[in-house]
Amino acid sequence: MNGIIQLKNGRIIDPTQKRDEIADLWIENGIIVNPPKTPATAIEVHDVKGCWVVPGLIDLHVHLREPGEEYKETIETGCRAAAAGGFTAVACMPNTKPVNDNGAITRFILEKAASCAARVYPVGAISQESNGEKLAAHGEMKAAGAVALTDDGRPVLDSRLMRRAMEYASSHEMLIMSHAEEVSLSRGGCMHEGEISTRLGLRGIPAAAESIMVYREIALAELTGARVHISHVSSEQSLALIRNAKARGVKVTAETAPHYFTLTERAVLGYNTHAKMSPPLRTEKDLQAIRTALRDGTLDAIATDHAPHSILQKEVEFNLAANGIVGLETSLPLGLALVREGVIGADRLIELMSCAPAAILGVAGGTLRVGGTADVTVIDPQKRFTFSTEKTFSLSKNSPFDGWDLQGKAVLTILAGRITYCDI
Amino acid sequence: MTENSEQDYQFRHKNIFGIEQLSVADISHILATARSFREISGRPIKKVPTLRGKTIVNLFFEPSTRTRLSFEIAAKRMSADTFNIAASTSSATKGETLVDTAKNIEAMSPDVIIVRHSSSGAPQLLAKHINAAVINAGDGAHEHPSQGLLDMMTVMEHKGHLAGLKIAIVGDIAHSRVAISDIIGFTKMGANVSVAGPQTFMPSHISLLGAKVCSSVKEAVSGADVVMALRIQLERQNDSLIPSLREYSQFFGINRKLLELAKEDVIVMHPGPVNRGVELSPDVADGGKSVILDQVANGVAVRMALLYLVLGGNKGGDGQGEIR
Ligand SMILES: [Zn+2]
Repeated sequence: MNGIIQLKNGRIIDPTQKRDEIADLWIENGIIVNPPKTPATAIEVHDVKGCWVVPGLIDLHVHLREPGEEYKETIETGCRAAAAGGFTAVACMPNTKPVNDNGAITRFILEKAASCAARVYPVGAISQESNGEKLAAHGEMKAAGAVALTDDGRPVLDSRLMRRAMEYASSHEMLIMSHAEEVSLSRGGCMHEGEISTRLGLRGIPAAAESIMVYREIALAELTGARVHISHVSSEQSLALIRNAKARGVKVTAETAPHYFTLTERAVLGYNTHAKMSPPLRTEKDLQAIRTALRDGTLDAIATDHAPHSILQKEVEFNLAANGIVGLETSLPLGLALVREGVIGADRLIELMSCAPAAILGVAGGTLRVGGTADVTVIDPQKRFTFSTEKTFSLSKNSPFDGWDLQGKAVLTILAGRITYCDI
Repeated sequence: MTENSEQDYQFRHKNIFGIEQLSVADISHILATARSFREISGRPIKKVPTLRGKTIVNLFFEPSTRTRLSFEIAAKRMSADTFNIAASTSSATKGETLVDTAKNIEAMSPDVIIVRHSSSGAPQLLAKHINAAVINAGDGAHEHPSQGLLDMMTVMEHKGHLAGLKIAIVGDIAHSRVAISDIIGFTKMGANVSVAGPQTFMPSHISLLGAKVCSSVKEAVSGADVVMALRIQLERQNDSLIPSLREYSQFFGINRKLLELAKEDVIVMHPGPVNRGVELSPDVADGGKSVILDQVANGVAVRMALLYLVLGGNKGGDGQGEIR
């Protein structure tokens, strides 16, 4: 990445430096630098007037499907989709086949990712094969490059094992991420339990299935002193518990995904399997509570829960369809809608999508400080486009936002000084 | 409805997924058509040529002798060719999906597919992939529209109207597609529906469908014109939804004493088959107020009407009408 890049006349937004001003950003040999004293020649200049120049976006929660289900997504295609969505880094969940529960798989992922369009931070499994019985080799995975632990896709059912995991992970200074679901309440359910599930005759999942487990994680974090992160929060009741725990000083962080602040259970009408996910889309009241929590800090981050599935798993009876949607290329536009609607400011959105994820994972990035690696995203908040799953970089097409007219997107993504996506 | 709008009315549904999609005019029209077809079943030769040359497939992923037979008789009385396909949802695990099955059946060029499936929404999925008309014969816990219509037809026959009647539905509402179709249908036609049963059998938000949730069976049955008991799946006791059938029958079963709270001319209905002594005491199930056998007879007429109408039958059909 030799050479100099000048991003001219952009609105530089960097919450870590409380910076929000029109200025130029200079990158030299992959590092953010001060403007050269003497005007340089042989530089690559991009006029980004009207655009935001922000720290590269970081996604805390994606499923890359490799190894094991490469027909849904590979590390390479997932990273290309990430770059197109403005992400310079993603944390990938361990529920691959085989599960990332040992150093060999972690190394395999990192080797594959080395030449890809985004940084990949592997998240290892809490338990062996994520089956909730025995602890996985947390230390070995950390040594291989894993940044956190989760059995995502499924909860850790055994409370005692979760307690041990929090204790043991702490001794390796690893974060535990929780997929919070009390499965004896959610089992057999395929959407939020409420008016729409009754109308459609679909088995419902009550919001309590999530919040009961959120409370268990909080109680265990309090007991063990461990730091815990709640993944993809969807319900008002969970947020109340997290808000209360934070006020008590419990070391808990939490994320939500764009679909939870954009869609409600109504998206399922017509048995739309592209609106089937876990946890399920909930009510308007939950949606509003999530928007409030993004503003007041109860939620720390926006993650996509990018979950590619082929049409084979989606073009089936609703109760049999797979959970999850792809989200890397719609996350930023949907987040920008919150800014346009006045729910949050631009700086808060960047905090939620870049600075906080870096801090939660304890990885570099999330800042435009001079001397740091040049992971940078340029966003055109005005640019309108119609999102089409036909044109995505992801191998899978399962999105409820297919055909939506969206406003605002990444137009330039730079990874360590290398342009990984350009749509200027 | 004015004379004019009756004349302008046209039945426009190609597929019947549920009562929810039907307007008041649609329901009135289906019931009127069914009434005109009912007479055919009383003739010495119970057959008209109306649907001659049409191919009707009964695609049943769940066993249901009663509903399948009712559709089959309806089709045969109108001279259609019928084929029964008993499919298994487990074929999905062998790699064949519902969509594959649909495409295979489509290759046989049927005119109507009648589908019963354990998954809610399966008929809609099927309809997206085939040209034939699709009639839902019960999907998951969603709807069972032909049953809802035959229930409305039966009440009309005994009461002369639906508006203003008090209909009590008692039992396992949460797992009953009949209950959903009945609640939507009867309330749409102006009747008042009360539901009762143990709370483990009450879906959340059922009142948003228009039903009044009663705290006791007594309350639901008091002053009722119609009492409908729903079948209890015997395995529900194992799922901790009810402690035992005995306890259920004591607190939620319909017996003669309870019926005294209802209107003098109350009728008792049940979608069948009845667990005698559980949902209904034997003397009620087979007593003078029971119209369960009328429901069965009306089932054939309603299904004849539906087949006729989805195939584009003329309004107010006499069974001999032109089929487009
Ligand atoms: Zn999860």
